[in-house]
Amino acid sequence: MNSALVPLPIVVPLFAAALTVIFGRSLLAQRVIALGALSSTVAVSVALLVQADRDDVVKMDAGGWAAPLGITYVVDRLSGMMLVTSSLMLLIVLIYAIGQRGVEDRHVGFEPIYLVLAAGVSASFITGDMFNLFVAFEMMLAASYVLLTLGGRRDQIRSGMTYVVISLVASALFITALALLYASTGTVNMADLAERIPALSPNVRTGFSLLLILVFGIKAGLFPLFFWLPDSYPTAPGPVTAIFAGLLTKVGVYAIIRTQTLLFPPESQQGTALLIMGGLTMVVGVLGALAQDDLKRLLSFHIVGQIGYMIFGLGLFTVAGISAVVFYIVQTILVKTNLFLVAGLIDRHFGTSRISRVGGVVRSAPIIACFFAVPALSLAGLPPSSGFAGKFALLDAGVESTQWVIVSVALVVSLLTLFSMTKIWAGVFWGDAESATARDEGRTNGGPSLMVLATGLTVALSIAFVVFAGPVYELAERAGNDLADPTAYIDAVLGGG
Amino acid sequence: MSVMLAFTAAVLFGLGTWLLLQRRLTRIIIGISLIGHGTNILLITSGGGGGIPPVIGKGDPADFSDPLPQALALTAIVITFGVTAFLLAMAYRSWQLTHDDVVADDLEDRLITAQQRVDSDVADVEAAEQGHPTDSAGDDER
Repeated sequence: MNSALVPLPIVVPLFAAALTVIFGRSLLAQRVIALGALSSTVAVSVALLVQADRDDVVKMDAGGWAAPLGITYVVDRLSGMMLVTSSLMLLIVLIYAIGQRGVEDRHVGFEPIYLVLAAGVSASFITGDMFNLFVAFEMMLAASYVLLTLGGRRDQIRSGMTYVVISLVASALFITALALLYASTGTVNMADLAERIPALSPNVRTGFSLLLILVFGIKAGLFPLFFWLPDSYPTAPGPVTAIFAGLLTKVGVYAIIRTQTLLFPPESQQGTALLIMGGLTMVVGVLGALAQDDLKRLLSFHIVGQIGYMIFGLGLFTVAGISAVVFYIVQTILVKTNLFLVAGLIDRHFGTSRISRVGGVVRSAPIIACFFAVPALSLAGLPPSSGFAGKFALLDAGVESTQWVIVSVALVVSLLTLFSMTKIWAGVFWGDAESATARDEGRTNGGPSLMVLATGLTVALSIAFVVFAGPVYELAERAGNDLADPTAYIDAVLGGG
Repeated sequence: MSVMLAFTAAVLFGLGTWLLLQRRLTRIIIGISLIGHGTNILLITSGGGGGIPPVIGKGDPADFSDPLPQALALTAIVITFGVTAFLLAMAYRSWQLTHDDVVADDLEDRLITAQQRVDSDVADVEAAEQGHPTDSAGDDER
């Protein structure tokens, strides 16, 4: 079904980005425009998800050119869910950033760049065209380079350099993959590719499949391509790290899911390779996290670990596995954003995020402790948190496919995650502050009210997610069915309907 | 023609990769640009051989060269251009801060290495680091 709403999650933030540049002299005007644009993006995304759930697939051909020739924007259930989650997180983190009043957040370039990032993320989820996916990635990454280095501090420049260079290498590989795909099939439209790729020889298909996993694996932080991630994310200001942690790697995972399920026939899907990579990603992520002393860096390693779980679910290539991943991604975005927002609050409270230097948060700011407890339990996967539902679904799918090795690895990693969360809890929330004392002594509300409000919103969303886990899981299951059998997607894009 | 282009792309990729692995930022940036050129040549080649300009009414559509890869390459060139400009700005900022264009080591990595040696006293290590914030010796493994 056609809908004029489809391109709005890209167009609205981009247009607003231009407006915020024009109104660059007034910080207030910039903030009003940015908040308005992101709120309307949330509304549009919800409308799109409702439509997509009703009609399976909603699409729009840019400029009225039909599918293989023109650029198609497509929203199916997976894209819809990702859009709603990402736009909500972008809005909440913007509120947090406005409350933070740090150097970077007051920078005249912050709002425009942040909106471009929002447009890039939405575009990655909506596009039905491989080259457009490349452009969307570049839009998102270029914005993230700037956000990461906006402060121009030495550590930001150092880690930003690593981040930019590794992203550029991935982009170069992406263009290479595109050129080879175009040379062998004569199209870059995803639905059209899905019809033409089965005609290629199996070896060429395997090559493409692996090349695309490599390209998106770098963006997603998959083992052994994750090394840049814990290095660069922690140096950005709090809200920026939160949005990077919540969204950017997940866009990579989304691209892996989309390309693997849509483009490649079952016999050239890299199930075993993905399972091995997923397992190693989990192990490396959690072991890396255990060795860290800095809170943000520790949590960055956990991002890597979580990616492993998603890739494990995808690697099963069963309906149950893919549905579980869809559910898991949504809850991880919530949890990760939440944890990094709390880390930002702690950083602000003490002026450092070293676990060995902070302590006693339970007494000095009990609300931060509450906000940390909910996502931390989720990350470790203890019932009744949303993480438990996600991990249970994943493990259930793993047992169903009798992949015992990866299931046991996932269980052990969960246990280690719990250990690492208790380490944070004991160090930061109990314990005594050794050398750093709370900056704003006597203030027990945990920080500026907008920051606390935004963090509270993510916590509320996590709790709501547990309460409505049933309906969300059913939606994820329908999305999983779509992905396992993409004929509806292909017909909708190519059928011109 | 096509073999020549493929060879050129391969050479650009090879040189670019080699430069990318150096420790100097300027070399890394040149390496990135070379790889970018290599991918653009690959994109152009993916459209098949040359032909007459693809303008309707100029001739038989069967003789047209494929316009799509050219459009894609143009987009890719613009993006590479923008990002290279940003990289240069970052390299300049890095030079302003450190007066050197060598990639600096990661503090946290060195902290962890140091922690193995001096297991208990993190504070000493940090004090030592503040003395030499950029270690350009270049032998530390990352």
